[in-house]
Amino acid sequence: MIEPLRITYREAVKQAIREALQSDPRVFLMGEDVGKYGGCFAVSKGLLEEFGEQRIRDTPLSESAFVGAGIGAALGGLRPIVEVMTVNFSLLALDQIVNNAATLCHMSGGQFPVPVVIRMATGAGRQLAAQHSHSFEAWYAHVPGLRVVEPATIDDARGMLRAALACPDPVIVFEPISLYNMEGELTEAASSVRLDGARVHRAGRDVTLVTYGASLWRCVTAAEELATSGIEAEIIDLRSLRPLDDAAIMHSVRRTRRAVIVDEGWRSGSLAAEITTRIVEQGFYDLDAPVARVCAEEVPIPYPRHLEDAALPGASRIVAAVKGLVGHGQ
Amino acid sequence: MSLPFARDVAVGLLRDMLAIRRLEEKSAECYSAGKIRGFLHLYIGEEAVAAGAVRQLTADDAIVATYREHGHALVRGMPMDAIMAEMYGKATGCSRGRGGSMHLFDAARRLYGGNAIVGGGLPLAVGLALAEQMRGTRNLAACFFGEGAVAEGEFHESMNLAALWKLPVLFLCENNLYAMGTALTRSESQTDIQAKAAGYAVRAAAVDGMDVFAVEAAVREAADAARGGGGPALLEFRTYRFRAHSMFDAQLYRDKAEVEAWRERGPIIRLTTQLKAAGLMTEDDFQRLLREADAEVEGAVEFASAAEWEPVADLARHVYAETAP
Repeated sequence: MIEPLRITYREAVKQAIREALQSDPRVFLMGEDVGKYGGCFAVSKGLLEEFGEQRIRDTPLSESAFVGAGIGAALGGLRPIVEVMTVNFSLLALDQIVNNAATLCHMSGGQFPVPVVIRMATGAGRQLAAQHSHSFEAWYAHVPGLRVVEPATIDDARGMLRAALACPDPVIVFEPISLYNMEGELTEAASSVRLDGARVHRAGRDVTLVTYGASLWRCVTAAEELATSGIEAEIIDLRSLRPLDDAAIMHSVRRTRRAVIVDEGWRSGSLAAEITTRIVEQGFYDLDAPVARVCAEEVPIPYPRHLEDAALPGASRIVAAVKGLVGHGQ
Repeated sequence: MSLPFARDVAVGLLRDMLAIRRLEEKSAECYSAGKIRGFLHLYIGEEAVAAGAVRQLTADDAIVATYREHGHALVRGMPMDAIMAEMYGKATGCSRGRGGSMHLFDAARRLYGGNAIVGGGLPLAVGLALAEQMRGTRNLAACFFGEGAVAEGEFHESMNLAALWKLPVLFLCENNLYAMGTALTRSESQTDIQAKAAGYAVRAAAVDGMDVFAVEAAVREAADAARGGGGPALLEFRTYRFRAHSMFDAQLYRDKAEVEAWRERGPIIRLTTQLKAAGLMTEDDFQRLLREADAEVEGAVEFASAAEWEPVADLARHVYAETAP
């Protein structure tokens, strides 16, 4: 029997990139500091030495140009992996992503699919202050034509990148900054990991926690604490933010009859708002309690630890939200 | 008077320019009749740039254009029927009617669209050129854009990246002096656009955009250098838009006298006069070319009028790829 391999999230992403570079000559990686520096979060460390300057390309600080060039290279028959250092900087490439990557297939009547993978780090939790702590997944998930995913586990970090490269559409891959150092075991073959579809991360009967990204692990902590009070929470890891897996969410909520959405984005206009609406639209009469949301507080994420923690959807807030629901309908 | 080209080539260029001119004049009529909707940006006055440039490219080169791209599509060989049907929004349009006037796409001819975001096409062209370079071909990417795009960051980012990686990109700037209604002198500190290339060590030249032979020569030279690994070039074609920016434009920002002065040195008048003076074309020949162009335009209008609409049931098709590219 082979021992399960214990690696970090960072290493899992890197393995997926390396395997893609080895197996498909059309694949290349480009972005700021991906080469000589080894990647801002060290994801691509060593790849320049292994694959050379042609396939590991350091770019100028020109997000619009190099993301657009990735889209153009995809149109030209290659399979680019574009690394935008963080979602914060991706705003400088929003024109290319929203106006080109998302529209060209449809607007050309299907002639020009855009098979580009755009990876970016996301989220808060490292005391990086407001401009380096954004969670704009909802903005991208708003846009038809894009696929938006956020792997939260070691298996998904590797397998979903592989699946993204096999997808003919533009895929935005969010990698939570706070998970790069997380260790875990690879348990699935990368080839069996799907790009879309939510997954039950923890089974439970009393309440459904719907979440994604780094908040998955906040929910795990909260579920363990709730279990000591006899409340069994089911956790749905969305994995894909566009498309959303309504069926998986509803399958769980119809059994638990209670839902809490946990989302690191700001509450107003959030993914949590969208998911709440879908639950109400599809399962209003199955609910025993109002749907609750635990989101980031509506402030630019502050620098000091205690304020940053207070702004994020931490486990204690999740526990409190769940306890506020479980009295209902009993 | 000698011409730099044989008669057939020169007449071919004139035919191309007349086809663009007559197609667009008819398009304006169809717009007024409510058959074409949305935005319609006419290229009238600027035909020498598309006619001169596009034929210097090979069939394997990639083209990225702007929302003022009927001429580029036509010279590239897109049937006029497909262009007109697209402007009518019909299913037989080159983009199945989903794009309209500003978004003519043609995979078979490597036309990667009219792009409606000023400057938005430049990074795409850089990426298309990167794909060619990485595959080791001799193909290039030609990117048309107006002088208004020069004020966008994407112009500067794209010039830098293309030069840094020595990519085979032709940056083809159609300087018609007005970014919609804002004159170049009201928007640029340096109005000599080709001079901006020096900051990126990119080869550049200003070209008389009303002289189709000058356009051809400049593009041929730049294309040869780019194919040979010489990296990108910026060509600034000094031209003029005779008509309004779009059909909504009352043209309050420029004098009629200025427009008239440019019309007198328009590309079609210029080439027609040259050909007649050289004894290579008579007025009868010219009228015949005009009739041929008009016949093609009429055929395109009939085709577009008779064409089917895309079924509403297909509304959501092509948002995502139906097959792996």
